[in-house]
Formats: sequence, C-alpha cells, structure tokens
Amino acid sequence: MNRFDYVRPATIADAVAAASEPGTAYLAGGTNLLDLMKGGIARPNRVVDVTRLPGLDRIERLPDGGMRVGALVRNADLAHDPDFAQSFPAVAEALLSGASAQLRNAATVGGNLLQRTRCPYFYDPAAACNKREPGAGCDAQGGDTRLSAVLGWSESCIATNPSDFCVPLVALDATVEIAGKAGQREVPLEGFHRLPDGAPERESVLEPGELIVAVRLPADASSFSAHARYVKVRERTSYAFAVVSATAGLRIEAGAIVAARVALGGVAAKPWRARAAEVVLTGERPDHTLFRRAGEAALADARPRGENGFKIELARRVVARALALAATGTPPRLPALPASPFAPVPGVLHA
Amino acid sequence: MSLSVSLTVNGVAREVALDDPRVTLLDLLRERLDLTGTKKGCDRGQCGACTVLLDGRRINSCLALAASCDGREVLTIEGLAQGGALHPVQAAFISHDGFQCGFCTPGQIMSAVGLLREGQAGDDPERVREGMSGNLCRCGAYAGITAAVLEAERQLSTGERAEAA
Repeated sequence: MNRFDYVRPATIADAVAAASEPGTAYLAGGTNLLDLMKGGIARPNRVVDVTRLPGLDRIERLPDGGMRVGALVRNADLAHDPDFAQSFPAVAEALLSGASAQLRNAATVGGNLLQRTRCPYFYDPAAACNKREPGAGCDAQGGDTRLSAVLGWSESCIATNPSDFCVPLVALDATVEIAGKAGQREVPLEGFHRLPDGAPERESVLEPGELIVAVRLPADASSFSAHARYVKVRERTSYAFAVVSATAGLRIEAGAIVAARVALGGVAAKPWRARAAEVVLTGERPDHTLFRRAGEAALADARPRGENGFKIELARRVVARALALAATGTPPRLPALPASPFAPVPGVLHA
Repeated sequence: MSLSVSLTVNGVAREVALDDPRVTLLDLLRERLDLTGTKKGCDRGQCGACTVLLDGRRINSCLALAASCDGREVLTIEGLAQGGALHPVQAAFISHDGFQCGFCTPGQIMSAVGLLREGQAGDDPERVREGMSGNLCRCGAYAGITAAVLEAERQLSTGERAEAA
C-alpha cells in the first residue's frame, strides 16, 4: 500500500473541498478500497474519510411515498429495515445475496454504487488493463473471458460491474443524489454508470471531488412489492459475485401483467435495464413461454467474446426464472439462501 | 504525520499514537496492543479469520483503517470470556468439535457471536450456514461449527427467557 494523507472532514462541503485535488479517494466502509490499495491497484495520495459526515446514515420515507437512503447506510441495515424491505423486497434480496455478513455490516450504499470491477486482469498489476492504466491495452480480450461482459463491451474493455444492489435499483428507477463544488445534482441510476466505449477508466458520471450523498426510490417503485425477486447464479451458493443475475418486478391485475421491470447483473459494465423485455411482458398473461420470450428480448443485443457465450443463454434463463418466481409472489420472508436458484420454491417450474 | 486513535477494546479505553495512517484495525490489535487472538488469514476480506465486533457488529478488521475506527468500541476473542467462564459460543465450539487446527476459530467464534446478536438465523441450520459463509475453515469443520452455533443459539435464548422470567 502506498503512503497517503488521511483526513476526516466534519461536513459535506469540507469533504468535497478536501477531495477536489487529483489522486484523492473517499473512504466509507473500505471493503473495496482497502482491498484495492493493498493490491496496489488504487494508489490514492489522500484518503478522505467520510464516515463521520452527519445526516448520511438515514433511511427516510418521503412525503410523496418514495424513499431516500443516505449514502452511509450500511448494506445490512438497509436490507433489514422492515419498511424498506417490505416496499422493495428485491432490493433487500439482492443486498443479502452479496458478499458476507461481515462485509455487509461495513459496506455502504454509496460505496456499493462505486465498487470496481472484479475482472481478474484489472486486479493483476502485471496484466495490461485500460481501466487501470488508460492506453495500456486489455489482456482480457483474447485471454480468459469466461466471466466477462456480453452486453455493451468494447475493444477497450470487457469487464462487468459486480453490484447486486444496483440491479433492482436500476429496474426501479432509482435516482442518485450527488454533492459537488457547485452544489447538489441528481442523476438517474440508469445514467450513472458508463459503458466503456474508448474510456473504461471513467466508470461513472461523477466528476472529480463529487460525492454520492443519497439514493432515492420513487413512490411507484413499491407497487411491484407483491411480485419482486432477484435471482443470482454464482459459482458457489454463498459469498460469491454473480456469473449472471436478474431482477423481475411485476404488477399483476386481473391475471394480466400491467407493468413489468427487468434488469440484469454480471453481464455489462453497468447494471443493465432490459426495457425490451418489459415491453414483451406488458399487457400479457404470465406464463413460461412469455417469460422465455422476455429473456430472449433482454439478450437480443448480446455478443459473446471468447469463452463467455454460455452467459447469454444462462442470462435468458435467469431472466425467465426471476419472472417465474416473481409471478408466484414475493415470499413473506426471504429464503434462507437469498437469490439462490437452489432455494426451493413450491410450484415453480424450472425455466 | 501522527494520528491519535482512541478505542475501547474489550471494555478498556486505549489510546494509540499512529505514525502511519495505513495501519488497519487488525494490525493495530495484533502489533500495537498485543491482542494476537484475532488472526490474519488472507488480509483481503475473503476468509473471516480477522472478524471482530465493532460497535457490536461483526466486521473484517483487515479492511478497516484503524484511524477510521477512532472513538469506537471493539470486542475481540480475548474479551469474550467472563473471568474463568467461557462465553456460550466458546463452550459450544468445544463440545461440538467446531475446529481442527484452530486458526480460523477466533474469527468463527466472533462471527457466530455477531450472528446471534443479529438474530436473523434462529434455529434454521441453512440460515446459520448462510450467515457464517464469510468465515472459511480449511480443515472443513463446518458441520461442527454449524452444530455449535445452533447449540449456542439454544443456550442463549433459554438464558434470555430465564432472565425475562
């Protein structure tokens, strides 16, 4: 780990001012940043500890029925907040399917949105990586791409975003509140993360020094709560990143789907909203043929690279499974193995 | 640059002057306070051997900067037993053979104490296994660990019922 200056500002304005110089990193839970610093992948000159900023650790119901979650709310606290989990059960399920209990106790909402890719070439200082060192090349292309992106990748980068939390958030039209030198601004989560194009080192629309202060969910996002699930296929049942994941939220009236939300994780450099799948579902009666068609629509633009072609068919099936589980209904209590395809659900056929 | 860090460790107020902000909570416990019960396994948040309770919640102490823990309360394996009496989780690990080599055991036990405080797993073995997935055991003592956590859960909930009565 390189040496750095450590500062602990008391206000958001002081934090933003302290972070305005290049080479600064914000520290919250530290679960990703410290790991990256120990590996020499992140080498900040200055670490701005934001954990003591006041007012960022609240979960608030807004007057319009929406919810606002402060950037310092811990992942575990959010997942176990009764009002939040009841309103947005797929978000709670996604949170609890991520990392371990220890990490969820430390990791924050803002940090989750900014976690870096788990591409092994990004983590290997001996490998060429455009994300770590712009212009260096990408050793993943032509290397081991088994877990790489199948949507939205470019010749410069084929890494995926590892967040579970962001997948149902993007499906539910979450908004990110950002503080910067010029004051506050808001960005829809769907436009927050960037695809690599020619500049994979820029992973979000945050400008230098900008700080996430909250994530907001609109009131109508809770209208999917009766039929909302997250499904995550991993290489082991717990404590692993997604190979592919999907969330599904349905509003069903008189036996027909009147509104649908679908998003995917582990397939692109950003949480991937699948609006084409939502169009296929809307107005139809829920059944397995429809869910299969929705999965096909969600992956219509997918392109394999090297060994990752299996992820395209897997993602179609994970979308169909998430839809089948959502149609069955949100369980009163999350399964013992959140988001696991191995959690038994009576009455649901395999996709 | 020197940083002063105040911590309550196992109920005792400690003041440590840090000459380097890179010190993690794990290294502070082991190298500066000689509390070597907390183990350094992977040092990257993957194995759980360094688990301690920070303000009553289990975390990986290898991924916490000591400076960021200023003013907080830490409970380590050394602070668990009361006098000569083992904590119910410690006793249950012994009676169920919840270890072989013992290296991961302090982290397993602190994680189990945290899990019981969280109160999410109850008496469901699958929820206990899921809740303990952040602690790896290369000897593979998982069956005994799960049995020990379930036993401690029974002991503690009986104790709480007795206290309430």
